[in-house]
Amino acid sequence: MSDLTRLSAADLASLIAKREVSAVEVATAHLDRIAAVDDRVHAFLHVDRAGALEAAAAVDRGEITGPLAGVPIAVKDVVTTKGVPTTAASKILEGWKPPYDATIVERLKKAGMPILGKTNMDEFAMGSSTEYSAYGPTNNPWDLGRIPGGSGGGSAAALAAYEAPLAIGTDTGGSIRQPGAVTGTVGAKPTYGGTSRYGLIAFSSSLDTPGPCARTVEDTALLHAVIAGHDPRDSTSIDKPVPDVVRAAQLGKSGDLSGVKLGVVKEFSGDGSEPGVAAAFKDSLEALVKLGAEVVEVSCPHFEYALPAYYLIAPSECSSNLARFDGVRYGLRAGDDGNRSLEEVMSLTREAGFGPEVKRRIIIGTYALSSGYYDAYYGQAQKVRTLITRDFQSAFEKVDVLVSPTTPFVAFPFGSRTSDPYQMYLADLFTIPTNLYGGPAISVPCGLSEGLPVGFQIMAPTLADDRMYRVAAALESAVGTFTPPAL
Amino acid sequence: MAAISREEVAHLARLSRLAVTEEELDRFAGQLDVILQSVARVGEVAAEDIPPTSHSVPLTNVYREDVPTTSLTQDAALSGAPDAYEGRFRVPRILDEED
Repeated sequence: MSDLTRLSAADLASLIAKREVSAVEVATAHLDRIAAVDDRVHAFLHVDRAGALEAAAAVDRGEITGPLAGVPIAVKDVVTTKGVPTTAASKILEGWKPPYDATIVERLKKAGMPILGKTNMDEFAMGSSTEYSAYGPTNNPWDLGRIPGGSGGGSAAALAAYEAPLAIGTDTGGSIRQPGAVTGTVGAKPTYGGTSRYGLIAFSSSLDTPGPCARTVEDTALLHAVIAGHDPRDSTSIDKPVPDVVRAAQLGKSGDLSGVKLGVVKEFSGDGSEPGVAAAFKDSLEALVKLGAEVVEVSCPHFEYALPAYYLIAPSECSSNLARFDGVRYGLRAGDDGNRSLEEVMSLTREAGFGPEVKRRIIIGTYALSSGYYDAYYGQAQKVRTLITRDFQSAFEKVDVLVSPTTPFVAFPFGSRTSDPYQMYLADLFTIPTNLYGGPAISVPCGLSEGLPVGFQIMAPTLADDRMYRVAAALESAVGTFTPPAL
Repeated sequence: MAAISREEVAHLARLSRLAVTEEELDRFAGQLDVILQSVARVGEVAAEDIPPTSHSVPLTNVYREDVPTTSLTQDAALSGAPDAYEGRFRVPRILDEED
C-alpha cells in the first residue's frame, strides 16, 4: 500500500468504500504522520487520537456510509467540538470543552468523518499569519521559517504537511483563501449564509463564513457538499438548494472553458502584487484562455475602499461579539481575590486573556461605534459596502467570474509584518471585497514564485459557488498541483 | 495631526473593560493612529444618497415554529464556568460595600 497520507480524499473514500483499506488504517496513518512532523509544523493545538479512531471504527463496522465516510479531517479551533478543547487560539478559552457541536461538526460526524484534532490559527481568527496565536505560530511546510497564512494557517499547513487530507476553515476577510494560497493548497469561501455559523466562535457575524480546505479542487467540492446547506439554528442561513459544486468540479476537470468569461479587475492590476505573483497570475490567465475562456477587463472603482471599510466593520462587530468573554460563564477568570468588584475582575480577565491584535481591534471597534464617530466610520463603511456590492453586481453583468491573485505576496518570514499592523492587513487586499459582498470565492494553487506557492482567486456571484469550482478545476488540470519539499 | 490620543485610547480601553498597561498604551496609541488614519479613507466616498449595507443576505426577522426541544442540562451549561455555586454562575461582588 502506498503512503495513505499522500492520497486525495476522493481516492481514500473510494478505497475505504471498497474495503481495500480500513478507515482505522487511514486515521492511524494520519495520526502517525502528525506525531512525526507536527513538532516542526505546529498545525495542531489539540489532537484527538481516541475520538478519531472511534469514529473510524464506526465506519469500518458499516454503521455509516457516504461520499467521504472514513476520510479524516482537521477542524479549525474556532469551531466548537463537543467535549474536545476549543480555544480559538486564545488564552481566554484555554482548556474550554464546549458542551455542544457546531452544525458543520455535526454534519462531519454524520458523514462518518473522523476528526483528527483542532488546528492553530490567529487568536479569534484575527490575523494573516498565525503569529497572533496565543500558543505560538504554525510553520509553513514549504519553508519552516515562513508564515502559513492566517487566520487558518493551521488548517492549510496540516494539508500541505500531509497531516490531514481535508480541513475546515473560516473566512471573514480571507482566512481560508490566503493560507491556501501561501501553502499551495485549495481553500473555498462559500456564499455567506451557504454554510452555518452555528457553533463558530463569532468574530464578525456579518462576514464569518466556514468553508472547505483540501489539496485538490474536487476534494474541496466534496467537503463543501457535506457541510453546506440550510440550518434553522443560524438566522442568516440561506434556505435554498446548495449549488452542485461536485458536478461543477468534475465538469471543470475536463478542461473545457469555452464560453466562460473571466473578469480581470482593473483596479487590482499593478497594485501591490510582487512581481513573481503577478507573473504566475498572468501565466495562469493564458492557460485558461487556451482552455477556451475569454478575458475581459472590468472596473470595480470602489474596491480600493474595501480594506478600510473591512477594518472598520470587522473590529466594530468583534468589539461587540467579544464582550461575552467576561470571566463569568466560561474560560479564564483573573484577579478574583474576593475583594475586587465584578468590573475590575472583568477588566483584569480580558487584559490577561486577550492578545495584542484582539485588544487593538476591540479598541478600534469601540472607537468606530462611539457616538460622534459612528457616522464618519462605521456608518460610512456600511455605505462603502453597498458600493462594493454594486461593483460586483455590475461586473457580473459582463462576466461569469472575477479573477485575481489571492494575496499580493508569497509566504513572508516570521516577524516581518508584526510591528506595523497595517502592513499585515494588506495580505487581505484581494480577498476582502468578496466578504463585504457576500459571494463565494476560491483560491487554487497556480504556480511558484522563488520556490513558494502562489494562489489564483476566482470570485463568483452569490449562490453561484458551482461556477468558481468549474474554473478552479480547469486551472488545476492545466497547471497541476504543487508538492512542498520533504519535511 | 494624530487621529487618536493616548488619553482617548485609555478611555476606550476602560469602556472595553481592558485593564491595559502603561506600556501597551504607549504602543497602541501609535499603532491605532496609523490604522485609523488609513481606514478614515472611507470618508472620501461621498455617499449621502447610498443606503448602508449591514449584511449581505437580505433577510429580516427570521421566524421558526415554536417547538419545545431539549436544551443543555444545567450541569452542561455550568461545565465551563470559572466558578459556580448551587447550580448558578458565581460572580465577584457587584455592589460597593459602602453603597
